[in-house]
Amino acid sequence: MPDTTSAVVMDADRISRTLTRIAHEIVERNKGVDELALVGIRTRGVHIARRIARTLREITSREVPTGALDITLYRDDLMRTAVGPQPVVRRTEIPFSIDDQKILLVDDVLYTGRTTRAALDALIDFGRPKAIQLIVLVDRGHRELPIKADYVGKNLPTNPEESVQVRLEETDGLDEVVLQQEARP
Amino acid sequence: MTMVPEVDQGPAITSLRSKDLLGIADLLPEEITLVLDTADAMKEIASRPIKKVPALRGKTVVNLFFEPSTRTRTSFEIAEKRLSADTLNIAIATSSVVKGETLADTAMNLEAMRPDMIVLRHSSSGACHLLSRICRSAIINAGDGTHEHPTQALLDAFTIREHKKQLRGLKVAIVGDLTHSRVLRSNVHLLTKMGADVWVCGPPTLMPTDIKRWGVTPTNHVEDAVAGADVIMMLRIQLERMEGAYFPSLREYFRVFGMTEARLGLAKPDVLIMHPGPMNRGVEIASEVADGPFSVILEQVANGVAVRMAVLYLLAGGAEHEDPA
Repeated sequence: MPDTTSAVVMDADRISRTLTRIAHEIVERNKGVDELALVGIRTRGVHIARRIARTLREITSREVPTGALDITLYRDDLMRTAVGPQPVVRRTEIPFSIDDQKILLVDDVLYTGRTTRAALDALIDFGRPKAIQLIVLVDRGHRELPIKADYVGKNLPTNPEESVQVRLEETDGLDEVVLQQEARP
Repeated sequence: MTMVPEVDQGPAITSLRSKDLLGIADLLPEEITLVLDTADAMKEIASRPIKKVPALRGKTVVNLFFEPSTRTRTSFEIAEKRLSADTLNIAIATSSVVKGETLADTAMNLEAMRPDMIVLRHSSSGACHLLSRICRSAIINAGDGTHEHPTQALLDAFTIREHKKQLRGLKVAIVGDLTHSRVLRSNVHLLTKMGADVWVCGPPTLMPTDIKRWGVTPTNHVEDAVAGADVIMMLRIQLERMEGAYFPSLREYFRVFGMTEARLGLAKPDVLIMHPGPMNRGVEIASEVADGPFSVILEQVANGVAVRMAVLYLLAGGAEHEDPA
């Protein structure tokens, strides 16, 4: 039986401080929040995006539009497995124009970069943003595409056998990032 | 302001059990919910500047229509194109069928060209089941005889759910030609599975003989069916399927069963008026009702595209039917 060992690499306080720091970096790099909009990738990227929007409001007293993007229909592995269930599609909600806006794309974990690639293609179908910047809570390495994050919560060196679990209050009842190692029997 | 409420619990199941959609009778309530939830996600695509997603790139869908259809065929074709599938339309008048080819031969010849899905409309009940047995492709029933029209029932349910949040406990009155309606059969299967209180109403001559086994309340009095209803579905009087005299005249039918503003007053104040189309104005439904504030008839048409996108997407993954070659 494979037993798993897991270690908490970020706790609730750490996540909170990290998102506050990223919010400040956003304001610094963009010289304010003009023309900015947040788009979170479903599911946990959406919650992280909303938290960042909240912090940006506290810092700047300005409301940054926030949307949710489901990338399922843009996945590059969607029709590769001829047998098997289709991934569940959820609703995309981007209730504002992204034309000429600077879009802050938010995901929980950056790994191969394939989700980000799908998200970029999906976003382009909504319009022509002035720029897209990528925010991730955890960058765990092992990129398979030329993609790099602009704001990183934590760089976490991993090996491919490990898995990174981001748990958030909104979806999992608590805030933590866990590194899990599946030991071979 | 821009925050949207969301449910993060995943659906109870994440795929359909069959490679085909032949009817609602074969579906579990969880499968119906999966289609409706997926359609909810698909609906948003129609509001984008670029109304197209790459999900079904490289898939070929054949729309094989042995009966005239504008709404359903167009709706399927738009759904297929929005998912980036390659589509092929075969209509009866231009096909080899007029030269005497059987349905099975037509299907096997199409199969030889290896499409991924076949959307079939046919005047014979059970035509889709026949194709499902001989084809490797996923078969989607777009209406077979007087048997089923599953995507119509799914889009009706989707429309009701958008307005009423859920189907359970609603009183749904279905009024019209009960004998010849595949829309009725699919809707009765779906609504009873989802816990609605279904009333069906029509002239005694158009009442199915086995209606007692359907789990619905049959009546010949439209006022009883409509009283306190949350939803009223009008069915088309299908003159083309009628081989005898079922009622004295269309005018009399309208007088006894037609949906008028007066009858509408008996229903709940937030009643929905639905019709699968095409409408016979002044026969089963008065124009004031069809175009009135309670009518969601055009919403049904819009939702049809989203529901068909959901069905195409969910079946495109295939099941354990791949041939080893």
